[in-house]
Amino acid sequence: MKAVPETAAPAPTPGPHRKPPTPAAYPAPSRPRIVTGRVVRTRGGGLSLRFQGRAAAGTAALLLALVVVMGAILTTGDFELSIGEVVKALTGNDTGIADFIVNTVRMPRLLTAVCVGAALAVSGAILQSLTGNSLGTPDIIGFTNGSATGALLVIVVWHGSMTQIALGALAGGLATAAAISLLLLGRGLQGFRLVVVGIGVSALLLALNSYLITRASWQEALEAQAWLVGSLGNRGWVHASAIGLAVLVLLPPALFLSRRLSMVEMGDGIATALGVNVTRTRAILLVISVALAAFATAVTGPILFIALAAPQLARGLTRSSAPGLVSSAVMGALLLALSDLAVQRLFAPALLPVGTATGTIGGLYLIWLLITESRKSRS
Amino acid sequence: MTRPNTPTPRLRAEDLTLSYDRRTVASSLGVDIPDHSFTVILGPNACGKSTLLKALTRMLRPAAGQVYLDGRAISSYRSREVARRLGLLPQSSNAPGGITVGDLVARGRYPHQRLLKQWSAEDEEAVAEALRQTGVLDLADRPVDDLSGGQRQRVWLAMVLAQQTSILLLDEPTTFLDVAHQVEVLDLCAGLHARKGHTIVAILHDLNQACRYATHLIVMRAGGTIAAQGDPASVMTAELVEDVYGLPCRIIDDPETGTPLMVPAAPKWYQPEAGSADTAQTVAGAILAEAS
Ligand SMILES: Nc1ncnc2c1ncn2[C@@H]1O[C@H](COP(=O)(O)OP(=O)(O)OP(=O)(O)O)[C@@H](O)[C@H]1O
Ligand SMILES: [Mg+2]
Repeated sequence: MKAVPETAAPAPTPGPHRKPPTPAAYPAPSRPRIVTGRVVRTRGGGLSLRFQGRAAAGTAALLLALVVVMGAILTTGDFELSIGEVVKALTGNDTGIADFIVNTVRMPRLLTAVCVGAALAVSGAILQSLTGNSLGTPDIIGFTNGSATGALLVIVVWHGSMTQIALGALAGGLATAAAISLLLLGRGLQGFRLVVVGIGVSALLLALNSYLITRASWQEALEAQAWLVGSLGNRGWVHASAIGLAVLVLLPPALFLSRRLSMVEMGDGIATALGVNVTRTRAILLVISVALAAFATAVTGPILFIALAAPQLARGLTRSSAPGLVSSAVMGALLLALSDLAVQRLFAPALLPVGTATGTIGGLYLIWLLITESRKSRS
Repeated sequence: MTRPNTPTPRLRAEDLTLSYDRRTVASSLGVDIPDHSFTVILGPNACGKSTLLKALTRMLRPAAGQVYLDGRAISSYRSREVARRLGLLPQSSNAPGGITVGDLVARGRYPHQRLLKQWSAEDEEAVAEALRQTGVLDLADRPVDDLSGGQRQRVWLAMVLAQQTSILLLDEPTTFLDVAHQVEVLDLCAGLHARKGHTIVAILHDLNQACRYATHLIVMRAGGTIAAQGDPASVMTAELVEDVYGLPCRIIDDPETGTPLMVPAAPKWYQPEAGSADTAQTVAGAILAEAS
């Protein structure tokens, strides 16, 4: 060894003092994943966001489906249009018949469907979450029947116009919610009690509505019946902008409170302990939910089951443990747009109201829900 | 732990009247939770222990009286501010359907999070630590629905620990747990108390466990009054147990720790076997002999 010049020394054999292996060679034992989703963090840690991949993908898929359905509604029908023609009409570069069909007939009706669907779905998602009960939706706990009472009063007693009917429905829904809150005053607006009291109030209002119809003239009864099925027929920009504005105003605060809502779901105790003002959160969200349902019903008449089915379907799709208000909204919009497409195209030329389609879908869904629930409770 | 001239403790209640609707559960109730103590609240079912805990964590607004946290009325704090100072494990809560253990425990970080600060490195560290302490780290990606009652109880406890508050109030943290896990949870609390100086308030039903772990006992009797408070050795007497629970018993020294050990008196139907005049006495004597 001594005679060998250092430069020619063979590569040193690994001895006891070798450098510690680089971390890359010996990866740290992989830490078990603690939370679901993807985390994005800035270096300083000042900003960190968590994304639920599955929820985002599910919502994106729903949005895509919605766009496809919207495209189908705008292009098909008695007067077929190409996508190019629709785009041209929408951007105001067409003044012929396409402009009339798209901008005056199809678009306002479509936007009404999308906004009403979204409003009903978010209303249902909030109420289901607040009551911890999948039957806690505006159409089951009486808000919708209350809107109907308001509308019927205007039709039968005051012989009002379409706008007055809508205002009557709005007032009826809000008054019903106020009445239910009064009945529960001091006992908290939670859970099961809200659902039970709501179902009772709903049954009373249904009886009242039937009575009002028996007092109506033949013509009024027809008008009432048409309103009671829930329809998107003859809905113009007035309707679209009314419900659009309602959604624009009511949705952002609901989204802002959705994290708090997911805390309240765990029980008042835990939510308070985690720093949520439960009473205030509940009250604000309840008002938002009631207002969304009342506006939607005022615009189209009672459209059942969207509020019941959309949030549940969205939850199933995104497998989210939080109340996904965004995915519910898109699901609701999709369901109602799809129902409208079905009644307009499948049953044409019969002018079937969209309420019949959602009623059918909803009924099937309810049966499925009851079957799976009873299977779950048996296992 | 309760010297007469200690400074005012961080958490105390003055002259509370607690009621649901119009039914009063307790009136003129005053309690001091000594700082850095392991306080155990004892009392028969329905005497108002959980109700007191709810009042101490502002879940229940007292009909009269006031709860003070760090010198200020607890009702004057913002909700989140209280949540950073004291954590609560309620007697019952519901896990959202389908949520994983990790996600549930992560919700304990809510009071530390912001709209644009949803999952910081500290959050992750705190949650991992809480999962490790309660022995549920391996369950992190399992759905909570699939767990046993005892596992679930430890997950909820982990959620409260993840909140990293220096005052912890636990409503029956040992229910649903087998005896080994009961000891584990109590040891965990004792560790937090001893090593980190946390103030722990727990409702327990096992008098002997209470005497072992508590540095301060609050014993309530039916009707929501305080029967006694102080350190276990001076509070736990046969008269007190008879008074509060109506249970004749004998208090002996715990052979392992020397803390009071409550042995219920033999039932009336019990016939001591021939040859042993007083079996209970004999057993107690044997235990004492073994201990010394
Ligand atoms: N939410 C409530 N509404 C009305 N009354 C209640 C409510 N919660 C508790 N009570 C009543 O208040 C009294 C005290 O209840 P509390 O839950 O404080 O008892 P506890 O000492 O914790 O009992 P346990 O050892 O069984 O948990 C009981 O009589 C109970 O019926
Ligand atoms: Mg209790």
